[in-house]
Amino acid sequence: MNVMQPIDRIRGGVHEKERHESGHKHVSGTAEYIDDIPEPQGTLHGYLGLSQRAHAEILSIDFEAVSSSEGVIGVLTAADIPGENDISPAHKHDEPIFVTDKVEFHGQPIFAVVATSREAARRAAAKVKIEYRDLPHVTDVLEAAAANYPLVIDPLKLERGDIEAGFAKAKNILEGEMRIGGQDHFYLEGQISFAIPGEDDEVLVYSSTQHPSETQHMVATVLGVPSNAVTVNVRRMGGGFGGKETQANIFAAVAAVAAKKYRCPVKVRPDRDDDMSATGKRHDFHVDYKLGFDDEGRIEAVDAVFSARCGYSADLSGPVTDRALFHADNCYFYPNVRLRSRPLKTNTVSNTAFRGFGGPQGMVGGERMIEEIAYAVGKDPLEIRKLNFYGGEGRNLTPYHQTVEDNIIGRIIEELETSADYAKRREAVIAFNRENNVVKRGIALTPVKFGISFTKTEYNQAGALVHVYTDGSIHLNHGGTEMGQGLYTKVAQVVADEFQVDLDRIKVTATTTGKVPNTSATAASSGSDLNGMAAANAAQQIKARLVKFAAERWNVSETDVAFEPNTVRIGVDRLSFNEFIKIAYGARIQLSAAGFYKTPKIHWNRAEGRGRPFFYYAYGASCSEVSVDTLTGEYQVDRTDILHDVGRSLNPALDLGQVEGAFIQGMGWLTTEELWWDAKGRLRTHAPSTYKIPLASDRPRVFNTRLAEWSVNREETIRRSKAVGEPPFMLGISVLEALSMAAASVAEYRIAPRLDAPATPERVLMAIERLRAAARQKG
Amino acid sequence: MAKVTMTVNGRQVSGHCDDRTLLVQFIRENLGLTGTHVGCDTSQCGACVIHMDGKSVKSCSILAAQADGSTITTIEGLAADGELHPVQAAFKANHGLQCGFCTPGMVMTAVDMIRRHQGQLDEATVRAELEGNICRCTGYHNIVKAILAAAAEMSGARVAAE
Ligand code: FES
Ligand code: FES
Repeated sequence: MNVMQPIDRIRGGVHEKERHESGHKHVSGTAEYIDDIPEPQGTLHGYLGLSQRAHAEILSIDFEAVSSSEGVIGVLTAADIPGENDISPAHKHDEPIFVTDKVEFHGQPIFAVVATSREAARRAAAKVKIEYRDLPHVTDVLEAAAANYPLVIDPLKLERGDIEAGFAKAKNILEGEMRIGGQDHFYLEGQISFAIPGEDDEVLVYSSTQHPSETQHMVATVLGVPSNAVTVNVRRMGGGFGGKETQANIFAAVAAVAAKKYRCPVKVRPDRDDDMSATGKRHDFHVDYKLGFDDEGRIEAVDAVFSARCGYSADLSGPVTDRALFHADNCYFYPNVRLRSRPLKTNTVSNTAFRGFGGPQGMVGGERMIEEIAYAVGKDPLEIRKLNFYGGEGRNLTPYHQTVEDNIIGRIIEELETSADYAKRREAVIAFNRENNVVKRGIALTPVKFGISFTKTEYNQAGALVHVYTDGSIHLNHGGTEMGQGLYTKVAQVVADEFQVDLDRIKVTATTTGKVPNTSATAASSGSDLNGMAAANAAQQIKARLVKFAAERWNVSETDVAFEPNTVRIGVDRLSFNEFIKIAYGARIQLSAAGFYKTPKIHWNRAEGRGRPFFYYAYGASCSEVSVDTLTGEYQVDRTDILHDVGRSLNPALDLGQVEGAFIQGMGWLTTEELWWDAKGRLRTHAPSTYKIPLASDRPRVFNTRLAEWSVNREETIRRSKAVGEPPFMLGISVLEALSMAAASVAEYRIAPRLDAPATPERVLMAIERLRAAARQKG
Repeated sequence: MAKVTMTVNGRQVSGHCDDRTLLVQFIRENLGLTGTHVGCDTSQCGACVIHMDGKSVKSCSILAAQADGSTITTIEGLAADGELHPVQAAFKANHGLQCGFCTPGMVMTAVDMIRRHQGQLDEATVRAELEGNICRCTGYHNIVKAILAAAAEMSGARVAAE
């Protein structure tokens, strides 16, 4: 046996700042997205025909001009669907692929054209003649309530303490309302699916989906075939953000139906404008709140109703509105509380998952309440925040009866206050505002506490498949999808660490339902928590077999076998990993394993509003300073400081990127990104020309982001890390609160500014005017 | 149908296409160079930026016929002899990408930006000049960092070469 010198450590293990596994391909244009897959000869293209009415009966459809249009192969309608004409992820049967007699929103798919080119299909689709009989429609959530529109799904109520007694005891009671806007995902790669028919009932679908297993299930249902006939494959998405959790399904289903019908590969890619009109977005909310608090600003009672614009169907609106309630407390203890959701139907596209999944809206509502109290008692909102933080005897129970056990918000806030020099800068802002009449400044420091786990318990499971080949190279596959967040990189780091081999020995292959079945959506920030654990489990199974084999063959105890950097130590011998694997293969040791993981401890009873829906919480805080031109309402973010908790980071470089990107996306949601429907129920902000996504120039002038390096997840997560996808999105709230303060300055901070979101320059200007008028009246 | 001829990444190519064919379609579909992406279809996002006669342009807002006779560089043509261009290397090294869909357009814009400013770039200029390129993932922080690093390296290299 040869004796090798041990090296220090492997390249690319856990906690390393490893680069994105596809980085070199992205910069050289060789990373393959679905639209880049070479099209086999005879590939056809599908294009959806969309409703031109918000709510109407379809009296007749004339496809004459469509069918005779150049290049058209055929038209698909509900009648062409061999299985079920429904893709409702809530199993409510309320989401047809193609409507038949009634449209419920402007942009709803009615048919699809299949043609020899995408352009021909698109051109033909526009030639349809449809006769409608208009029905009254509502797009706004309050109008929907007034018109007695139904709820799309059962609402949730969270209740704890005695709300009546709480209000009776409170010295101060205050009521208010707030509107919070929605958001379009604007994943840079739009929705796309590419279906290739196979033998018998088989079909292979390349789909830009965050949830391949559900896409598989939907395609199977729509085709009327068992799931084993359908394979869904996705190597990467050009962004998802929740927008491809359920919204990819229709494109996959249409491509598959057409592929089977015409026995040709079929690709479906909507134009960006149609993508924005026909696919769901973040839910807009209206919050009605009543607060009881003492003279110090300590909360006694909270009663709030969160109404959401859900669109025409349930989709994920149930869990989204639930999560809004789960986060309406943010970091604050409500002694007596009642929170209710109202998931309202509207004649708009069905709203869906979007980073944070309702949590951000709940949290913005909670922060509005804090702000109200601060202005009522005349204190810095940060003081009110601290006064109401969870912590201390009997002050750790959430409205859903989960105890907050891992609270670190105090330390996060304290450190950020110091590093951002908050107190001094707030004084300087106030002094600046005293001296300046046109430009006003604002500063705010806001906390985040975000619950990690799918609230639907069964989704908290994952699988992975690991093969070690005889040359020592490793193949890794897991149920998570890569959309830029770096999941493939992180999970590969975990496997490298398990085997103690360099990262470049591991190849992660495209996510496919054929390798790992019954997976959950890559959502709820759970990607690395779940798949990292499942992959580690697979590696551990293989390692256990190898250790047993080595102990027997070398006649040492199992504890004398160790995986060390690129080597295996057996007693006094040391072999290279490759060499050892070859010997193990020769001894017929199984070098492949399917790993599995399910999150422990969690349970949730929705009917009772009680349980432990979350395994743990992720924390963070941000401090933003803004300047506002009070004559125009225009503003800029001068500086943002962030301190965010990712536990022991699996990859600090990727995590920092997530935090920065999420903050900007959250800031965009609360400032410039405004969805606007006209009186006919048409979405008029359906392209980046009218829908303002943050640009490089919108980024804070000074932008300091740090991870809380001392944080370690107290729960046994993968290498004690924490999820990072969603929590930092809510760091953007500090920008909204800073704008509020700048607006409040025109009334000497004596009136709650009640700035709704998104705080577009128009809305900021209107708030300033309103506050000025109110201040004059007050005298 | 029009016949167009152009030099793409140093190679002369020609093909037939409709008068209305966009340059990006021609590049992706006729030439199979899929590194140039389509993000918005409406000349807003910058995912489709290429160089035409040395200048960055959005290939979704130019007809293939208009590019007849021109010299085109796409993201695939940037690396020389298997070595990443300094801008490509800087995007990779500085984590200037997440989903990567905006990356080719960002890189092409950055190369032209650095050329026009002869490497003398400051942060404000980079941010202002990136207005035609949307990134939904990164928050631009590492993109700006990558461009500044590449500019510094390239002008440093030029100084050294002079
Ligand atoms: S596709 Fe050309 S700018 Fe978006
Ligand atoms: S990296 Fe995803 S859009 Fe820029």
